Order: sequence, then C-alpha cells, then structure tokens
Amino acid sequence: MRGYAGKFLEIDLSSRNVKDTKFSDKILKDYIGGRGLATEVLWDRLGKKWETVDPLGPESILLVLTGPFTGYFPGTKVCISGKSPQSNGVIGSTVAGEFGIDLKCAGYDGVIITGKAEKPSYIFICDSQIEIKDASPIWGKKARETLRFLVTKSIKEIKDIRPSYGEVKEPSILYIGPAGENRTRVAAVVAKYAHGAGYGGYGGVMGAKNLKAIVAKGFGPVPDVYDQKKVLDMAQRFCESNFEIVNFRRWGTGGGGYFFGAETSSEPVRNWQSEWHDMEGYKREEFDKYWVKKSWGDFGCPTTCLKLAALKTGRFRGAICDNPDYELEAYLGTNLGIFTPEENIYLSYVSNELGLCGIQGGAVLGLAAELYEKGILTKKDLDGIELEWGNVEAFAALAEKVACRKGIGDVLAEGVYRAALKLGQMKGVDLLKYVVHEKGVAIGAHGVRSGKDFISEDIAYACSVQGGDHTSSASLPLDEGGELSSIMADSAVFCIFTTFEIEDDEKIEFYEAITGWKLTEKKWYEEKALRILQLQRAMLLLGGPDVKWRPKVDDDNPPRFWEPLPSGPHKGKTLDRKKFEASRLEYFEAAGWNENGVPKPDTLRKLGLEDVEAKLKDVALIE
Amino acid sequence: MSREKLVWIQRNYENCSGCRRCEIACTLHHEERIWPEASRIRIFMIVPGVEIPHLCFQCEDYPCVEACSPGALSVNTQTGAVNVDASKCTACSLCIEACPGSVPHLHPEGNYIVICDLCDGKPKCVKACQEGGWNALILIPRGKGVSYKTLAKTPQKLTREAAKEIFGEETAKEVTD
Repeated sequence: MRGYAGKFLEIDLSSRNVKDTKFSDKILKDYIGGRGLATEVLWDRLGKKWETVDPLGPESILLVLTGPFTGYFPGTKVCISGKSPQSNGVIGSTVAGEFGIDLKCAGYDGVIITGKAEKPSYIFICDSQIEIKDASPIWGKKARETLRFLVTKSIKEIKDIRPSYGEVKEPSILYIGPAGENRTRVAAVVAKYAHGAGYGGYGGVMGAKNLKAIVAKGFGPVPDVYDQKKVLDMAQRFCESNFEIVNFRRWGTGGGGYFFGAETSSEPVRNWQSEWHDMEGYKREEFDKYWVKKSWGDFGCPTTCLKLAALKTGRFRGAICDNPDYELEAYLGTNLGIFTPEENIYLSYVSNELGLCGIQGGAVLGLAAELYEKGILTKKDLDGIELEWGNVEAFAALAEKVACRKGIGDVLAEGVYRAALKLGQMKGVDLLKYVVHEKGVAIGAHGVRSGKDFISEDIAYACSVQGGDHTSSASLPLDEGGELSSIMADSAVFCIFTTFEIEDDEKIEFYEAITGWKLTEKKWYEEKALRILQLQRAMLLLGGPDVKWRPKVDDDNPPRFWEPLPSGPHKGKTLDRKKFEASRLEYFEAAGWNENGVPKPDTLRKLGLEDVEAKLKDVALIE
Repeated sequence: MSREKLVWIQRNYENCSGCRRCEIACTLHHEERIWPEASRIRIFMIVPGVEIPHLCFQCEDYPCVEACSPGALSVNTQTGAVNVDASKCTACSLCIEACPGSVPHLHPEGNYIVICDLCDGKPKCVKACQEGGWNALILIPRGKGVSYKTLAKTPQKLTREAAKEIFGEETAKEVTD
C-alpha cells in the first residue's frame, strides 16, 4: 500500500483503550481518506442510529484524518470530521499545518476518537508511544497559554524518549480553546495560532469528549509513494504554477475585505443587511501597515496565502493573528460594522484566543447586534453590553460570553440558527428571517445576490451537503469545479488554495502516481465521489436529535438572500425564485436524487448503498 | 583551503514563511525521501509565526570537529562544511554539547549525527527557498574576517530574538518565556 502509513490510531477515551485500526484496500480505494473515509466510518458505525446520536454526546466519533496527498501535494491540511453539531450531518473540515505530517511520520494515517474522558485530557503521540494525559492545568486556558504549556512539556517528554537526540523540534498540536471546552456549536479545532477547522463545530465535539488537545510527533519518513519520480515532478510543476500567482502570494485573501464589498457586492455587512461597502480604510494596503510583512505558510506550501499580523503599538498591542484572512475581515469586521484594520485584527485575535470559529462565532455576534439594533435584545439581556455596530470592545466582551456560555452567551453559543430559535421563543417573535445560515451552518462570507462573487450560483449553499460551507459549495455541473471536486480535495486532503491552476485530471494522475491504484475521472465523478455525496446527503437528512432538515423545504436560501440588495452598484438585485427552483431540480437530478432531494433507490443501489436505501425507507424519507 | 570558493548560507529569520520546502529538498537529496526529522536544516516553530531555519553555522574554529573524539567529524576543505563519517560516529553527543547553536542531531533511525554538508557547495535548501522568493536562505561567499560563530545560537535563543522583532518586546516575552 503506497501513500498511506497503513494504519489508523483508535482511542476510546471512556475506557482509555488504544489500538491500531486498519481499513481494507477496497475501503481506501473507494473513500480515499479525509472527508470520504470519515463519511464511510460514520455511516458504518453510527448510520443505523444516526438520528439519535448527539454530536456533543459520548457516542459521537471524532475523526482526524490525513489523505494520500498529505506531504506530497503542495499545501498540507488535515481533515476533521464527525457528526456536526451544526448541521447534524457530516462535514469535512480542514485545517492547515504540520499535524498531518507528524501523524504520518509517526506511522498513522489518522486518529479515530470515541467515548468521553473522565477528566480533561489530551492525547500524546510520539511514534508508537501513545498516552492519554492530564489536561487539567490547561483546561480553561486560551490559545497562547495552551500552546506554551503543551510545547514546553512535550519537548521535554520527547527528549526523555530520545535522550541523546539533540535539540527536539516541537510537535504539532491540535487544540481547543474555552469555546470548545464549553461545548459551544461555534468552536473550531485549532492549530498554531489562528489556523482553524471551523465549519462543522468540531471544537465543541472535542470539548464534549473532555479532550483539550492532540499532540503528535513523528520521527519516521513521510510514507513512500508508488512512483516517486512522477510524484515529485508533478509536485514541482504544481508548485511552479502557484509561484506565478503573484497577487495571491503577496496579499493572500486579505485583499477581499475591501474587494468583495466595493467591487462584487457580496460581503456581509451588518449581519448581511447589505453586501456592499466602500470603506477605503479597509483596503489591503491599510492592513499592510499593521503586518510585520511576514508570510505565514505551512508544510510544503508554495503560496503562503496566510500572513501574520501583529499589533505592536496602540490600545490593542499584543494582538497576533493572521492577515486576517478575508472571512475574518468580513465576519469579525464588516458584518459587525467594523471597518478599521486595527480593530479587525484585534477582534480576530480575541476570537482565535477563545477558540471560536471566526465565521460561526462572528455570525452570532452579528445576529445579536442586529437584534440589539431592532430592540429585540436589550442592554439588560446582554448584561449591560451596548452592542452598537462597530463597538469592538462590546463584541470582544460578547465573544468571551459566547465562548464561556455566560449569560446570553449560553444561547448564542448554539450558533445562529439554534440561537434564533431559542431567542425567538423567549421573545415570542420569529427571528429566523435575520439568520443567514444553511442547514445550521452560517454561510461563508460570499453572498450570491449580486452574482458577481466567485461563488455566484443561487444553489451554492442550498444544495451543498455541507450547508453554508463556502469551500464546498454546490454548482452545476456537479463534477469538475462542483462539490465532487471539493470531495476530492477533502478526501485526498489537500489545500484548495494551491490548486487554482491544477485541473481535476491532473489530481487524478497524481493520485495514481502516489497510490499505484487506477482511477479515472469518470470513475471518480460517477461512482466514488458520488457515493460519498449520497452518504453525506443521507446523514444530513437523517439529522437529529435536536434538528432535522426537511428535504427541499430546507434546501433553500436564507430569507435575507431573497431580499433585494439595498445599496451599492448592484442595488435591487436579488435571486429569482423560479430560476432557483429550476436549478435546484436540475441539481437534484444530476445528483441522483428525487424531486425532493432524497437519494433515489436506484441511485443508491447502483452505488452499492442498499443499507442507505433501507434506512431512508425506515424513516419514511423514501417510499 | 581556498577561501574564494567557500560558501555560507545566510539566514534571514523574519523572511522565513515556514513553508519547509527546504526540509523537503534536503531530505530528498540526502535520504531520497521526504523526512522532516532527518533534515539537516530544520524549521523550529516553538512559537507559531516565528519559524527558525536551523542548520550548521560552520564556525571558523569548528568546535564540534574539535570535540569529536571518535574522529567522525572533519572539515570539508572544498566547501567549509562539516563532514560526518557515519561509520565512525558513536552518537556520543559530544558535538551537540560543543556546538554553540546546539545544531547537530541524531538521524532519527540511525545511530549517527547528521550535519549540513552544504550539498557540495550547491545547497538544495537555498535553491528551494530562492525558488519561492522568500530569501530566508541566501548563498553567499564565505567572508574573510567574519565570525560566523557569533551567529550560532540555539533555536530557543533565535526564537526569542525573532519574536521580539515580529511581535514586539512585551508580546515576545509573553509567548516565549
């Protein structure tokens, strides 16, 4: 077997049982790794009782998976998955960093975590030495303190394992902040500072398992591949294609904070009340003043779109975060009425320290601010916080409450959709019209109303099996550039920001050179990726236990997307209901789903998913 | 030794993007596979955002060679690099202790020390870094009358210094001490 370490580490935190798990070649050939394999494991182990499994309960499974591309394809990520406490389906959520490299070098393709630890714990992996350690000294601690503790302690322990080795390089670490510990649905699984797997809400899943961190150190080589020369030649070519993307290398996504507002009218502004702004002070050059002009890349990355920002002076000095990237410029900036780089960097830092997902956490802050503006939430409700647009200190204070589930934060910690339901009940009004989410997942900062964003299709979120996740949006055709391509990225596990110039057929060629296993585009689109899509769709529709999505009815855009854009060059533009319904139906058909968006028995049988068919019949989703 | 041909790898820590393509290039050359821990250049990241490329400084008095009692280390007169004779190395770690930068480390799977050999004067790590346009590593002629030993520091010390530049003194203290 090439391209794989050949085994997965399985840890049951309840019994403290640790074992190696292997998957058959067939499973790996069909599901590859990352998101695909996670989907298979989750269906296999939890499918029958899916709707009863609480994502934040001990029964849920957390998966941290690499793929065969890890270490070879330029741009290294690791895929976090499980039953999502946001969508109640499966989301493949990726985070950059060296964790996947260390894990593979330790001899593992992934970690599968079940059960719940009795007390705060973290997992320590150093090659084949696996320990479940006490995390009580860092429980409740934010990012910086957590990392400092784990890095110092782990280096010492690795030195004990290899006493005469010389200086030991720090291990790779995935961890959660208070937001994860307190089982919020808006918490990320974090690497380094500011590198988060946010979509899905798996920080809360870790917290629910009393799992503060996973520390990994591997001393072995990255697993060998089938045709090394070809793999390295192709990787070099891929790198070179990225070196040419000068603009992206120079600015990363940080140019978006101005661009997507001023140019494409697709940036959330004040809880998506508009998608346009023209704030010159938010241009990338203005952000540059606060950068230390340092690119911040991860293993093997030719692009390094992330930049490190550090505020060295002023009232927020000490704040460290990434650029911020575009999503945070939007969700912790424009969407809160914040239009200064300094405040945006500070708030991003606060959010990162707390282990909040910048998008999901930012979205609840935006929702709360609009409800405050409309007088639905009062200063009293907010424990004295005056949540005016642009009041960065107020948002920082509320973020802390959300992460710690204090006061109103306990409700907001449920994420935009559930928070709106609960607050609506409390206040006796319907608040869902203020929520921009898809299947419980706050939508990425790319609106579709203007039609000018790179995500422009009206079904982009409505039909995605990962809801509001803008990195896995739906489009037609289903194959290249659509969600089946996203499934490839998240399953072979590589960064989509290094693949702008790389076509799917090249990725498949690369896959063959790595694994030595045959694959064609046809086979991928019409069989393997489609199978993963069906499984994700099925589990999304099964949902539960707290929320279930109605097929078709909930495969819709949020109410705000049906309002006309109120300002900017695209003022008045909105989506066309008829056109949307036609696209949606076309998408359902392309995906092999019936007119309600439920996988057809015929589709499932062709893909060998008879058990899915039986389950969907059981719950009367199909006849 | 003809000094004119000698080279040195200059490091600009704040330019390092942390892409680690130097580690990949190094181990493909020396180990014929990607193997971060076997790399003669290692990127230390004790604090996120502060990536420190750490490799032999080629001190002018070569304290590691001096300290090596089994005679496994020698100076390559062509390049100025430290050569390791793995068959003679006993992994006694005397060289690590002698190095002012604590640079040498054991090969992760063999019982011998690995030290940058400058790839016979054409270091692959520099090539990878230059290709990326980072300029964290630059190949320069080895200077006369320059003390490279004064630049030889441990990853911890280099991290503290770079963090001060990048984050400011106050924050650097908080994240590194």
